[in-house]
Amino acid sequence: MGRSLARKFVERGDSVAVLGRDLEELQKSQADLQARGSPGVRVVSVKCDLEAPETFRASLEQAEQGLEGLDTVVVTAGLFATQEKLEQDPALAHKVLTVDFANTVVFCEEARKKLLLHGKGTLCVFSSVAGDRARKPVVLYGAAKAGLSAYLEGLDHKYRAQGLTTICVKPGFVKTAMTAGLPVPPFAGDPDEVAQIVIEGIDAGTPVVYAPRIWQAVMTAIKAMPRFVMRRAKF
Amino acid sequence: MTQRNPISGWGRQFVEGEELQPETLEGAPAVLFRGLGRSYGDSSLPAASSPTVVTTTRANRIIAFDPATGVLRAESGFSLADMNRTFLPRGWFTPVTPGTAYVTLGGMVAADVHGKNHHVDGCFGSHVRRLKMRVADGRILECGPDLERELFLATVGGMGLTGQILEVEFGLRRIPTPWIWQESEKVSDIDEYIAKLKEAAPRWPMTVGWIDCLAKGANMGRGFLMKGRWAQAHEAPARFPRELPHFTFPFTAPEVMLSQPAVKAFNFALYASHFQKKKVGLVDPFRFFYPLDLIHDWNRMYGKRGFTQYQCVLPDSAGQGAARRFLEVLTKRGGASFLCVIKDCGPESPAYLSFPRSGISIALDIAVRNDTQELVDALNEHVLGEGGRIYLAKDHFTRPEHFRAMETRLPAFQAVRDRWDPHHTFKSAQSVRLFGD
Ligand SMILES: Cc1cc2nc3c(=O)[nH]c(=O)nc-3n(C[C@H](O)[C@H](O)[C@H](O)COP(=O)(O)OP(=O)(O)OC[C@H]3O[C@@H](n4cnc5c(N)ncnc54)[C@H](O)[C@@H]3O)c2cc1C
Ligand SMILES: NC(=O)c1ccc[n+]([C@@H]2O[C@H](COP(=O)([O-])OP(=O)(O)OC[C@H]3O[C@@H](n4cnc5c(N)ncnc54)[C@H](OP(=O)(O)O)[C@@H]3O)[C@@H](O)[C@H]2O)c1
Repeated sequence: MGRSLARKFVERGDSVAVLGRDLEELQKSQADLQARGSPGVRVVSVKCDLEAPETFRASLEQAEQGLEGLDTVVVTAGLFATQEKLEQDPALAHKVLTVDFANTVVFCEEARKKLLLHGKGTLCVFSSVAGDRARKPVVLYGAAKAGLSAYLEGLDHKYRAQGLTTICVKPGFVKTAMTAGLPVPPFAGDPDEVAQIVIEGIDAGTPVVYAPRIWQAVMTAIKAMPRFVMRRAKF
Repeated sequence: MTQRNPISGWGRQFVEGEELQPETLEGAPAVLFRGLGRSYGDSSLPAASSPTVVTTTRANRIIAFDPATGVLRAESGFSLADMNRTFLPRGWFTPVTPGTAYVTLGGMVAADVHGKNHHVDGCFGSHVRRLKMRVADGRILECGPDLERELFLATVGGMGLTGQILEVEFGLRRIPTPWIWQESEKVSDIDEYIAKLKEAAPRWPMTVGWIDCLAKGANMGRGFLMKGRWAQAHEAPARFPRELPHFTFPFTAPEVMLSQPAVKAFNFALYASHFQKKKVGLVDPFRFFYPLDLIHDWNRMYGKRGFTQYQCVLPDSAGQGAARRFLEVLTKRGGASFLCVIKDCGPESPAYLSFPRSGISIALDIAVRNDTQELVDALNEHVLGEGGRIYLAKDHFTRPEHFRAMETRLPAFQAVRDRWDPHHTFKSAQSVRLFGD
C-alpha cells in the first residue's frame, strides 16, 4: 500500500522520501517513483528500520534535508503474522508488538516534534480494523493496532489546535504481500483503491479513514456484537 | 502456505495450483512465471507435476526511462495499462500492442505479441533490447539480440519455458498526438475483405477487421475493415482523450445467451449499425486498441464451461482463397463463433516460436462444448494442409502431433531449451500437453 500511495503522491506533483530497511530495494523504488513522477518532483530514499528506534530521528532529519522541508509523514510499515504463528513463537510476538505499537509510536513522536516545529503538518499512520474490536484471529496483532489507534486519537485531540493533523488509517482486508496466502474475505480491497481513499483523507484532514470505505459499516456491526457472540465467532 | 486454488487463463479452463505473488522476483522459486493471465489457454498454468506458479504483477517498477530516447526498462510485471497511463500523456507509446492493455511486459515477450501494425513493425520481441533473466541453474543474466542471442531468440515467443524474465528493456515510440485517425469500411464478402486488407497494407500502419462467421453463401465473410494511423497535431484536439468508464460483466452467463439465434441477431445488429459504407474520423486510442477492455471480466460471458480462442496464420504460400476455404470448413460445422478477427501479417521473426508469418491471421472465440476438441482438430487439419500454424498464447486443445507437424522450428527451440534447462524446471500445463514436458 505504501508503494501505491507514493506513486499517487509523485504523479500529482508531491516530492517524496521513501523510508525502509533495505536500501537497495528502496533505490529501485526511488527510480520507479522518479520515472513516474511529474516534472520537477524530487524523490529520495532513506534507510530506516522500525526495529531500531534510536535511528528514527536521524532518518527523519535526512528525509527532511533531502526534500528541503517536510509537511506530511505517512507510516505504512508494519508487521503481520497469524495468531497461530504468534502463539507458537513468543519472540515473533514480541517483535510484532514492538514494531507495530511501541516503535511506531516512538517514530510518530519524532515526526510529531518535527512537524510541530514547522507549526503545521499531517501525520498519517496505518493502523488496522483489527484494532477496533478484539477478535480470535488477531488477538496479538489487533492489540498492538488497538494501542496504536488509541495513541493516534490522543495525538489528534491534543495537537490539532496547534496545527498537527493526525490521521488514523484503518484498512480492512487488502490484497497485498502481507495478506498473501490468507483466505480472501468479502469486501477485500486493492492497494490502489486504498491509496486513493487515503490521499483524499489526507487532503481533507479526516481523523479516521476506513479503506475500503465499506469497512466502516462492517466494523460498526462487529463492534456492536455482544461478547457471547464474539466468543463463538470464527472471524 | 501450500494452499491449492483454481487458476485459469483467460478462457476460464481451471487447474488446481498454488500461486505466489512476490513483490520482488529475484528471490522467487524456480518455477513458471505468469503475468496477468490474458493468454487464453494453458500456457500460463502450472503443470500437474509442478503445481506452483509465480505471478509477476506485484513486481511492476520502472527501472529507468530515458526521455531523450524513449528507452524504458521495467520489471516484468509492469503492465501495458500502467504504461499507457504513465507515458501516453507524455507522448510515448509501445511499438507493439495486443488487443488488451491488461498484459505484462513478461507476457508480451514470452508470447512475442503482435498488433494491428504487424505488417510494418513486426512483433514486440523485435523491439526488445535487453532481457534480465534467471535461468534454470540459478544464474541471473542479461540477453538481447546481440548478447546470448540464442537464449534471447528462444525466450521471445518461448512461453516462459527458457527461464524467468525479470526485467525488460525496449524503446517506446514518440507519437504525434494521443489520437488515432481511423477509416473504417463495410466489406460485403471474404474475398473483398482480403483484397482490401492487402491493398491497405502499404498505406496504413495499422489494419484490423472482423467478419461475421455465421453469414453464409454470398454474404460469407461480410464485415468491417478498420485502418488507422496516429493523428497529426493539426488533425486532433489539443486535449487528452478521456478513457471511457469501464463496466464489469456481472455474472457468468447462462448458455442461452450463446445460442445461434441470439448470436445471429447480435451480429446482424452490429453489421447494420454501421450505416455508411465508409466512416472516417478521429477515435481515442483506448477504443481503437482496446475495445474489449471496456468490459471487465467479459470472459464470463461464455458461461460456466468457458471458452477458447482459435488463432492461426495462413501463409501467403497457401495462395488465393485461403480465408474463404477456412471459413467454409468453419461454417460447415455450424459456425462455432460470433465473429472472427482477420489481421495482416508481415515477415516471420527470427525468434524460434514466434507465431506470425507473412500471410493472414484468423482468430475466433469458441465457447467450450462437447465437440470443441473435434472442431479444433478439424481446423488444425485444415490449417496443416494450408501450411499454416496456430498461436500458443491462445491454445488449449491442439494435439501434440498436429503442433509438431505445423511447427517445423520446434526441434531447434527444444534444443535451446534443453541446453538452458536440461531438467525442464520451467514447464507449463501447455508444455506438458504439447511437448511432453
Ligand atoms: C482481449 C485480448 C486480446 C488479445 N489480443 C492479442 C493480440 O492482438 N495479439 C497478440 O499477440 N496477443 C493478443 N492477446 C494475447 C495476449 O497478448 C498474450 O497471451 C500475452 O502473453 C498475455 O500477457 P500476460 O501478461 O497476461 O501473460 P500470461 O497470460 O500470464 O502468460 C503468457 C505466457 O507468458 C509467460 N510469461 C509471463 N510472464 C513471464 C515472465 N516474466 N517470464 C517468463 N515467462 C513469462 C507465461 O509463462 C505464459 O507462457 C490478447 C488477449 C486478450 C485477452
Ligand atoms: N493488507 C491488509 O489487509 C492490512 C489490513 C489492515 C492493516 N494493514 C496495515 O497496513 C500497513 C501496510 O500494509 P501492507 O498490506 O501494505 O503490507 P506490506 O506490503 O507487507 O507492507 C508493509 C511494509 O512494512 C515494512 N516493514 C516491515 N517491518 C519493517 C521494519 N522493521 N522496518 C521498516 N519497514 C518495515 C515492509 O518492508 P520490507 O519490504 O522491508 O519487508 C513492507 O514494505 C501495515 O501497517 C499493516 O499492518 C494491512
